[in-house]
Amino acid sequence: MTRALFGLALGLCVLGSAGCGAVPGSVDGAAADRSSSGSPADGVPARQLTVFAAASLTEGFTELARRFEEANPGVSVRSSFAGSGTLVQQLEHGAPADVLATADVVTMDRAVEAGLTGTEPVVFATNRLQIAVPPDDPANVTRLADLAAPGNTIALCAVEVPCGAAAEEAFDRAGFEPAPDTREQDVKAVLTKVVLGEADAGLVYRTDVHSAGETVRGIDFTEADEVVNDYPIAVVADSPQARLAREFLDFARSETGHEVLADLGFGPP
Amino acid sequence: MLILPAGLAVAFLIGPLIGLLIVAPWAELPARLATPEVFAALRLSLWCATAATVLCLLLGVPLAWILARAEFPGRRVLRALVTLPLVLPPVVGGVALLLFLGRRGLVGEHLHTWFGVSIPFTVLAVVLAEAFVAMPFLVLSVEGALRGADRRFEEAAATLGASRRLVFRRITLPSVAPGVLAGAVLCWARALGEFGATITFAGSLPGETQTMPSAVYVALQTSPDDAVVLSLLLLTVCVLVLVSLRERWTGGLR
Repeated sequence: MTRALFGLALGLCVLGSAGCGAVPGSVDGAAADRSSSGSPADGVPARQLTVFAAASLTEGFTELARRFEEANPGVSVRSSFAGSGTLVQQLEHGAPADVLATADVVTMDRAVEAGLTGTEPVVFATNRLQIAVPPDDPANVTRLADLAAPGNTIALCAVEVPCGAAAEEAFDRAGFEPAPDTREQDVKAVLTKVVLGEADAGLVYRTDVHSAGETVRGIDFTEADEVVNDYPIAVVADSPQARLAREFLDFARSETGHEVLADLGFGPP
Repeated sequence: MLILPAGLAVAFLIGPLIGLLIVAPWAELPARLATPEVFAALRLSLWCATAATVLCLLLGVPLAWILARAEFPGRRVLRALVTLPLVLPPVVGGVALLLFLGRRGLVGEHLHTWFGVSIPFTVLAVVLAEAFVAMPFLVLSVEGALRGADRRFEEAAATLGASRRLVFRRITLPSVAPGVLAGAVLCWARALGEFGATITFAGSLPGETQTMPSAVYVALQTSPDDAVVLSLLLLTVCVLVLVSLRERWTGGLR
């Protein structure tokens, strides 16, 4: 497996580094295929919606975007997934976006204070933490306290991003200090380290464990139920597609939206 | 006629740096710099960049000598391959390092099972990631110097009975010393600024493996002012490097 991946990565790079620079998952491939300039068959002018969403929403919003495009012919949704803090900072520096969805209220409040939002943020989903371990669980991790064992290689989110803040709160409630070996910039980076087997355990969201399928195993712990992340969503101030952005917001909070997100392990707002 | 585009180029290259200087919170500079986190990140960055440079010198100078002096089939291919990290996106370098030296990597797996050694997320991983990205600079610089060196001195020494080792130590190395030095300084600066490969392979843990560029990146998410201050610090170090090199850094690559 590793050998194949290694060969693949190297092969890609020898063939041309153009493919190497692409950030995986930065733009939804399906949306990229349909150029936004070409009008669809039924004569509706093409409209493009740019969605900035937290890394943990990668699968959920990719699916939501696909269904939203299906329901609205001529609309193409571009999604950019990164750590919530990074997204807010990009907006502060004038990145063009229509919708912002973050993984906690604190980060969204920063955007509101900076005048980056055009609507009152509304919570559309919730999420909880789970311990992710490689399928064979090499370090025998069974509870949160095992993340404080210095002998284990532990990946956590940086305290500056939502998943890191939630993790800190969970450790506070449990009453001990974690012993991380790395603090990643967003939750997907933590998950990757566990999937690769480079970390014995990481603290991620339940939805991330869900999206990783067979490559990791999720372990519930008691404090997780006391630390619930609310996911707020808002239209970005000065959005050129404000009306369409509002429709997307409503879509995310609709029955369909909840179904899509619930399938991935998100809780209701 | 050429003055306009040239002026634009200057503005484009210097403008952002001037912007950094103007925006910088000068009044709070000392207070922001004097935090233990910044100090730890700076110390780690300087230490790791230096260690990476030493590693590059130990391994890169012999490699450069072979590329410049030895004749063997496939030399050009080898040369292209070892300079690949120069053009490779650093993040890809980090992924490749993980898949090679990680706990489940091609070689790392055996290191882990046989010796219990785990490289990722350690200071060693920071040094290796930096060396991986910076070594081509040194190799190219030294190779250029070797190609430009006058072989007659070496030949003369050899006819006077000097052993190959003595010739290398007393004639070859001193004659290419400026090129080696310039390459080493460039290599050090590149290692100091390395971000993508480091954060992928070594992660980022404040006080342990968090280098200056990682600290800048994290600071941008919460406190942009801190990020500006850290960037200034890195900028200062880089300016000092360039001033110390003056015109010499192109000399090795001529």
